[in-house]
Amino acid sequence: MTFFTQWFQEPNALWVMIGTTLLGISSGVLGSFAFLRKRGLIGDVLAHAALPGICLAFLITGSKNPFTFMIGAIVSGTLASLVIIWVTRYSRIKEDTALGLVLSVFFGIGIVLLTQIQHSHNGNQSGLDKFLFGQSAALVESDIRVMGISAVILILITFLLFKELKILCFDPQFGAILGFPMRFLDLLLMFLLVIAVVNGLQAAGIVLMAALLITPAAAARYWTERLDHMVLISAGIGALSGILGTIMSGMIEHMSTGPIIVIAATCLFLISLLLAPKRGLISRWIRRYQFQKKQQIRTTKGRESLE
Amino acid sequence: MSSFWIMLIGSLVASSCGILGCFLILRRMAMLGDAISHAILPGIVFAFLISGSRESFPMLVGATLVGLLSTIIIQWMKQNGVQADAALSVTFTALFALGVILISLYTRQIDLDLDCVLYGEIAYVQWDTWQLGDLNMGPRALWMVGGVFLLNLLIILLFFKQFKLTTFDPALAAAVGIPVAFFHYLLMGMVSLTTVASFESVGAILVVAMLIAPAATAYLWTDRFHLMLSLSILFGILSAIGGYLLAVPLDASIAGCMAMMAGILFLFSFLFAPRHGLVSKWWYQRKWYSKPQ
Repeated sequence: MTFFTQWFQEPNALWVMIGTTLLGISSGVLGSFAFLRKRGLIGDVLAHAALPGICLAFLITGSKNPFTFMIGAIVSGTLASLVIIWVTRYSRIKEDTALGLVLSVFFGIGIVLLTQIQHSHNGNQSGLDKFLFGQSAALVESDIRVMGISAVILILITFLLFKELKILCFDPQFGAILGFPMRFLDLLLMFLLVIAVVNGLQAAGIVLMAALLITPAAAARYWTERLDHMVLISAGIGALSGILGTIMSGMIEHMSTGPIIVIAATCLFLISLLLAPKRGLISRWIRRYQFQKKQQIRTTKGRESLE
Repeated sequence: MSSFWIMLIGSLVASSCGILGCFLILRRMAMLGDAISHAILPGIVFAFLISGSRESFPMLVGATLVGLLSTIIIQWMKQNGVQADAALSVTFTALFALGVILISLYTRQIDLDLDCVLYGEIAYVQWDTWQLGDLNMGPRALWMVGGVFLLNLLIILLFFKQFKLTTFDPALAAAVGIPVAFFHYLLMGMVSLTTVASFESVGAILVVAMLIAPAATAYLWTDRFHLMLSLSILFGILSAIGGYLLAVPLDASIAGCMAMMAGILFLFSFLFAPRHGLVSKWWYQRKWYSKPQ
């Protein structure tokens, strides 16, 4: 217990925990839709694609203000999602190839710009790679405020457009017949995902964002067959892994928060995979075993009656 | 001389990746290269902890094994009803996070720079030479990348028929008696090995770009499989050499420029490829409609 009292006396620790929890909630909510659209890898792609935007924002403005970085990242993330949509729509390239292509080429351009910055502005670029690898321990109150506001806006938009997003995930053709602008909604979902990714990038880094968008949603899918429940459970799992990760990394020295949050989310996913009531592996094994036993009894009874 | 070595090694990486990329794209597993290149991090750390040195060979073995392990986990998850994209991302993010945690736990024993592992620098390959006795055998990376390229080429040529059939029609392949799962894992093993061998010298990002971009570009130019393979190698070599020539005047990251060049080649083909390009499709359509019916 002394650990917790000590830990909470540190003023920044609480802010870090609030930040990671907010991040878990917003990416859990949006991740459910990405998961159901079978775009689980989009978080990884958008997080990599943010690099050229961040570098360009720095090259143009010359300031290390997180807000300009965020705008740059949103612009290049949106461009990346447009390229993915266009390449799959106007050529024979499949979606997974388009994702990989955009990821590697955008990141390559970002690396080129980064080396340009390193060669021209000596020593001034040190904030840039922090943006990519994430530093949740360095979060301060103002960062959390920005993150909180954007998380609330994201959740609000999702709540207002819940019906439209639902139809987009499950039956886009039917939605088009009903007169919903499906292409626009698809783009809007991508845009919301871009904001969620960019929002978390500074705190979490690329790989953590990729995990936070997909792992809680994939875990939540095991517990329910209803979208509204799934979104709530996914947000809960995201928040829980944020809290667990922050506490654990506070207990171990020299440990950055990001990877621990990923491991916490993965553990929650594995628990769901094994133990979930209907779709979980163990309950499936039990059901299969019972079924086989029943069949055996039936066949032996049938044989006896024949004899 | 240094530019020759860089272009040669870049081209060899591009050729190995180009061949494998064609199979990955046609099997709709393009993101696997990205996943493997992240997932092997714990393998590198374990190899380093066990062998206690930064020798390339233990790292190659450890990383390849973990790469194979990650594909087995992904396959197992898919068979148990996890959506394909989710299985991929959950596995690679978890393994990568494990690797980062291991590095920070043993940070005193490990002199392993994360940036260096992930973004290896092709500009320095010529300084790391292989000494055999008194003989200078040239850059170490050249032997590694070249050996892996020859191994890949040998395996693909030996089992070309089997790989082709399991790629295009796995059900028929299974019916004819080809062990589909074996060839799947053989391909995954080759992808792991190539990723590991290349990225020590050229960086993860270039490997992912070379696995996907040249093969995707080739896919826009032809409908024949062996042509796609050769074009993919050609586009890979073009982007390696073009990228280097672009990087020198810009004084920028060579690997980044090679990836950028691969993107430019794709963009050009996306617009102007003979049958599947955007402009040529539009041109054919216009000709078709303006023809007197």
